[in-house]
Formats: sequence, structure tokens, C-alpha cells
Amino acid sequence: MSWIISAEHIRPADGPRVGGKGLALALLAKGGFTVPKTLCVTRETYQEYVSRTGLRERILLELNRKAFRDMRWEEIWDCATRIRNMFLRKPIPDEISNQLKEAIQTTFADKAVVVRSSAPEEDDAASSFAGLHESYVNIQGTDAILEHITKVWASLWSDAALLYRQEIGLDVKKSAMAVVIQEVIIGDKSGVAFSKSPNDTSQGVVESVYGLNQGLVDGAVEPDRWILDRRKKTIISHTPAERKHWVIAAESGVQLVTLPEKMTHLPPLNTNEAGHVFELVLEAEKYFKSPQDLEWTYRKKDLVVLQSRPITTLSPQKNGDKRSWYLSLHRSFENLKLLRQRIENELIPAMITAADELARQELTELSDQNLAVEINRRWKINQKWTNIYWEEFIPYAHGVRLFGQIYNDAVCPEDPYEFIDLLTRTEMASLERNQMLADLASEVRNHPALAKALNADQTEGLDPQFLEAVDRFVEKFGDLTCAVTGGTQCEQAPGSLYKILLEMAAHPPSETGRQTAKNKDALQEKFLSAFEGEKKKTAVELLDLARSSYQLRDDDNIYLGRIESQLLAAVREARRRIDAYHHRQSNKKVAAELIQVVENLDHRPHLQQPDQQTPDDGFVIQARQLIGQPAGPGLAKGPARVIQHPGDLADFKYGEILICDAVDPNMTFVVPLAAGVVERRGGMLIHGAIIAREYGLPCVTGIPDATTLIRNGDEVTVDGYLGIVSIGSSEL
Amino acid sequence: METSAEIQNRLRDLFESQKLAVVATQTGGQPYASLVAFAATADLRYIFFVTARTTRKFSNLISDSRVAILINSSANLESDFHEAVSITVTGIAEEIKDPERQDILKLYLAKHPYLEEFAKSPSCAVIRVTARSYYLVQNFQNVMEFHIDR
Repeated sequence: MSWIISAEHIRPADGPRVGGKGLALALLAKGGFTVPKTLCVTRETYQEYVSRTGLRERILLELNRKAFRDMRWEEIWDCATRIRNMFLRKPIPDEISNQLKEAIQTTFADKAVVVRSSAPEEDDAASSFAGLHESYVNIQGTDAILEHITKVWASLWSDAALLYRQEIGLDVKKSAMAVVIQEVIIGDKSGVAFSKSPNDTSQGVVESVYGLNQGLVDGAVEPDRWILDRRKKTIISHTPAERKHWVIAAESGVQLVTLPEKMTHLPPLNTNEAGHVFELVLEAEKYFKSPQDLEWTYRKKDLVVLQSRPITTLSPQKNGDKRSWYLSLHRSFENLKLLRQRIENELIPAMITAADELARQELTELSDQNLAVEINRRWKINQKWTNIYWEEFIPYAHGVRLFGQIYNDAVCPEDPYEFIDLLTRTEMASLERNQMLADLASEVRNHPALAKALNADQTEGLDPQFLEAVDRFVEKFGDLTCAVTGGTQCEQAPGSLYKILLEMAAHPPSETGRQTAKNKDALQEKFLSAFEGEKKKTAVELLDLARSSYQLRDDDNIYLGRIESQLLAAVREARRRIDAYHHRQSNKKVAAELIQVVENLDHRPHLQQPDQQTPDDGFVIQARQLIGQPAGPGLAKGPARVIQHPGDLADFKYGEILICDAVDPNMTFVVPLAAGVVERRGGMLIHGAIIAREYGLPCVTGIPDATTLIRNGDEVTVDGYLGIVSIGSSEL
Repeated sequence: METSAEIQNRLRDLFESQKLAVVATQTGGQPYASLVAFAATADLRYIFFVTARTTRKFSNLISDSRVAILINSSANLESDFHEAVSITVTGIAEEIKDPERQDILKLYLAKHPYLEEFAKSPSCAVIRVTARSYYLVQNFQNVMEFHIDR
């Protein structure tokens, strides 16, 4: 069996074996176009690899944990991460790799190459979803090239490909990927060209950047753009870019750097060259008999075709299709660095100021009308910050993902989420809050008289220092039972806080962080030792960014929670006035505006109710073992505490398993009491998983209907290694 | 009549060709059957499988180590009745811990490489069944017993 073919031996009938990109390059070479030297690793090679290594079934097991339609994007991303790690850890069997090595050595000797995906799906109708699969530029050395072939194979199952699985016809059972290996051409300027503009069929488009094409393709570098007349072959317009950066070859791989000053004033192509590029794409159109989208590069005077594919037009995105938004969350390191500056220096301080300003306002002194105005104002402020949360904070969370990918590439760990241990024990606001709680609890633990008074609900005559500390806590983090977003019906007294404190005091204090600092240092060393020189500096920066991104993932919700609790405080004051009037405790009629405002706010989503129906056909359905995602390693057993309403949190008992729809950082104060965490919402990087990891608790996420299938008091076992929750007794 | 060597070869062939087995355990006299991915040693003395510790079969075999295992070659076709071969194994199950566990996992994962995550999980137990007797069923109703001397 021939696992790898040289471009000159590829025939049109080989199309399905070598994929669209591979075939197009072979045909271009045959047609006399200048193309880089090319080898093609066939689809059969992929198939043989996944069969022999057992990966085929492992991928299928991974993808069949849960129906795609029930998966959130984060879960799909996690799925893709785990699959990618499987590829990273399975070398290509010798019998295949020896043949690949020989061909690569003969063709390229020690020259650097580009390793590109060539999925048949990608270059057909679905080529409009470019960027679903990976390409690696400037890879040198046979072993490194082989390693990157497996990375390109893994990208057959990238989160983007899984999101667009229907459009690209990704078939979990049959799909396979060919790989193109090309000599790298270090061009002075590069770009893309469309023989026919999607906007005007009488025109074509040429785009160009300095250096390599990667910056243009992944959107990091803005290109100069020429519109040309197809018939007369003349330039209609030129739109210069704001030329700031270019992508150049690094020792291995590529890097984005600042463009030298003098180049920023000149377009990368002169008029003649733009014309040549356009002629080239027209020739390609003539040759392939269809409009082409062509990637090219200029090396000195030589114009080289890097790839060419038919132009396809995207069908317009349907309303409510959020996939392109999810994919926009993939941010580059550069982009994340800018985002970090804005978040840390502007947004977070502004958010704190906003919450403080609201807290200073004395609500009881406002007239009904002014209170109504105030509620509306607070609602708008809350809305504004919620929007910022989605537009800026959520994308920033990609810092953790980016780090995860780089860590896994460098270290190839057995556990694809090992990298999280390098990010934990950062100064998260929820941990600060939990520490304050732990301190209060230890007061209660050490002073039996205090515990006795709290138990009897006698708060009068308590130690003023203790009460002051409670006030400080409530002021800083709000009333715990209001904590859950949507908690419009929270209690007003700190009674629930006392309940939690008593429960905490009755048991030994819990500790964050399973692993010692030493272990963390070892991981850091393992990661950083994979890099040298400039790259090491970048790795250090990336780790720092990831820690900040990880911390913010939790903090932003705490800050947002503080703003929301100020909105709720105003609503509570309004309710108090309305209730007092209804119960004739007050003769003062409540202004109609105020009643209206409160009613408008009452349309909030409700949590799922447990499924209480008993079927009458004699079959009683009972969940025994539910499969989700492993999100925090460990194994724990305990009675279930199902959180249906925010107020349920106050009843949380030591050693219970927290079962909830979605953990909000504002409700993670019960986690130190919990033996394990189960969440309906899925993902490795969601708050429940993050906080569970901080406390070293087993955690399973992404169990559909967790809060309806599991009932309060059920004996539950959480297997955080396998992502399984068992209901009913078990032998541990 | 088939020789002992021939019967042993037949058992080995079946163990190699089949991936799944049915394991029967019991608690309080209530039998309980489960499907497992199994592997066997070439000398036919041991059969291995892996189970999560939270399962019923695990708690059952912790309280009573006697198990029965069914391995067969049926393909859900009518011809199974004359063609399929079935083996019932009776024996004693026990959990095997490190370092022996590692050797068993090697053998187990060579047969089931796709179960890597599952089998290596600390929440899973590696179970070794020491076979006492084999009951080989062929040609619909022909049953041969095969006892292992200890």
C-alpha cells in the first residue's frame, strides 16, 4: 500500500484519495503553473492509522457521549480537545511512518514545509467554511512533520468542523482526511485572488499583505485590496490597508511582528504586480473551467501558486445561528493581550465603581416615583454590564483555551485538562468570599455560645464584632440566597447565611487546592522547558495571560452579581412598600409606576421542576447511571442536594452532592460543604468545574436533566474520572 | 471425538474473535447479568474485564465472588442455531490491583485499544476471573464440559 504520493503521480481519479487541495495542486503543476514541490498523504493512511491505534472507536465513543443537538459549544470544544489529545499521544505505527519518512526525506531533504489539511469535504461545496481544519507553516525535520500530520488529522474533528458537521458532510463513521505537504515558499508578499467577485460578476479581487499569507488567512493582518475589471483587466480601485504587522518565518513556525516603518507607506504590490496576480487567477479559472479562489506568493520576481479552489458562496446565515459567533471566540494571542488591557484597566474598575455608586444610594429615602426611576436606571446599568460580559469578558475566556492547546501540544499530557492545575489557586473573588465565610464559620466553631444563639435564632445581644463582620460580608457579596441570578424572591434577613455558617462550623474546615505548590511548580517547569529563547518568553507571557483569563472567568460574575444585587435591592424595597400597603401595615398608597415597574421585572425564567409524574402503566422509570463529562477528577458518594430554587442553597448540608442546573460563581459558597458537584450545563471550564477543581472535588458536568432525574436525598456517586453519576447504593 | 487440544483451540478461537461477554453475578439470590468487554489468557485459565466501581455487578461480586460468563459467536441470524458456538465459564472473580493490574491492562488494551480512558480510570476495577469449568455448546445442543485442575 502506498501511503504517500508525489504530486506528479496524482491522476484525476485519485481525487477522493488526496482531497481537493492535493488534486488541485497536482493539476496546476501539470498545467504549467509554478507550484511548490508537493507530497500527499492519502485518506487511506488516516484510516489505517485510526484503525490500528484504536482511535477510530475512541473518537466514536467520545462523540457519542451525548447527542450533538444537546451539546453546547463549550462541550463541543471539550470534545475536540480530548480527541486532539488522543492524536497527539498516538504515534503513527512504524510500518506507515517509515514509508512517510522516506518519501519526505527524498523530496524535501531538510527543507521546511507546510503541512495542510486536504479533506475532500473542505474544497467542495463547503470550502466557504475555510479554516475548519488546521495548517502548519514552516515545519522542519521529518519527526516534526510527522507530528504535524497527526495534528492536521486531529483537526478533522475540530470544534469548528463539528459545529458545521452537517454542511460539510462530516460523517463520524466514514470521514477521513488527506494531508498535503508542500515546500514552504518564504515570499516577500503574498495574498489571495478571486477571479470573480462575489459582489459583482464583472469584477475580480486581489488582496495582498507583506510577508507570508497566514496573517491574511487568519485575519490578523489587514490586506490591501484591488478591484479589477474582468474583461479589460484594468484596476478599478485600490483600498490601502492600515499596514501595521506582517507574518514572517520564525525558527520554526511563523510569527506576527510589527512591519518596518518604511514599508507601511507602500502597498505590497505595485500596479503591474496586481495585474499579474489577476492574470494568474484568470488563467486558473480558464484551466479549471470555474471561478477560482487562489492563494499566491511573490518570491522576488517569481509568482507562485500556493493553492487554488473553486469559489463557493455562503448561503446566508439563518437567524439564531450562533455558530459563527462561537467561532469568533477563537482569539489570537495578540487580540487577547489587547482585550486583557481593556478589561483589567478599564472595565473591571468601572464595574466596581458602578456597584459602589449604587450601594451608596439610600433607597428608603426615595419617593415611589423616584424609586421607580431608580429601578429602571439600575436595570439599564445591569443590562449594559451584561452586554459587556458577553461581548468582552466571554471572548477573553478563550485565553484559557488557547493556553490549553499550546500546553497540550508542548507536553502531550495523559489528561488533556492537566493544564488547568497550572491556573488554579489564583486569587479569585469567589475564593476570597469563601475565605471570609470560612473565617466567620471558624468564629462560630470556636464560640459555642455564639452557635447556640444562632441555632435558636437569637441574634440580639450577639458579639458586635461578629455582627459587623457579617455586615461587611453581606455588603461585599450580598445576601447569599439572593445570589443566584434571577433571585427576585430572596429572603431579607441573614438567616440563610447563619444556617450555612452553622453547617460549616459543625465540620472541619475544607481546604482549597489538592495539589501542593510544588506539584504546580513541576507542571510549570514541564511546560516551560518545552520552549527555548524567544518562544520561552512568549510561553511565560501566555501562561500569565491564561491565569488572568481563568481568574476573570469567575470574577466577572461576582462583579456582575454585585451590580445585579443592587438592582434586586431596589426591587426589594419596592416590594416592601407594596406588601406593607396590601397588609395594611401602611396606609400610604403605592404609586402606580412603582407597581408597574416591579411587575415588568417579574418575567424571569424558572428553573426546571422535578418530574413528579407517576406513569399508570406499571413501569416506573428511574435513572441509575448518567453519563456526562468528567470535569474534576475524584470519586465521591453522598446524599443529593438538588437546587431548584436559590433558597434551597441555605439547606445545604456537609457531605452532600450539589446537583444543579448551572453553577453561578455567586452560588459557589456551598461548594466547601459539598462532597461533589453535578451540573446540567456542560463544559470543563464552567464555574462549577473551576471551583470544584479548586477544592479538589469530583465534578461531572453536562448531565441533561440532572435536576429532574435526581431527587433530594438520593444516594449519588460522582465519578469525576469517567464523567459518570450513579444514583442508588454502590460499593466504593 | 475432539481431543482436549482441539477443544482448547476452539475456546481460544472464540475468545479471540469475540469482544463482548455476558457476566452473571448475584445478590440475595437474585441473578444479575451484564455485558462486558473481556480478554482471556492463552492458557485459558483467566478471563479479565474492567468495570466501574459504582456498578451493580461490582457490588455483587464483592459480596459473592462466584460468577458465570457467557461468550458466544451468534450474529443475530437464523443460522446461529446450527452455527454459533457458545461457552459458559464458571469461576471466581477478584479485583486485581497494581502492580499486576498494569500487566493485565496491557493485555486487555491490546484487544480493546479504544477503551483506554475507561480501563485506566482510577474509578474502574480490573477483575480477574479464575476459570473452574468451561461448558462448550455446539451444533445447537451438543454440550461438552471442560474442567480445570488446580
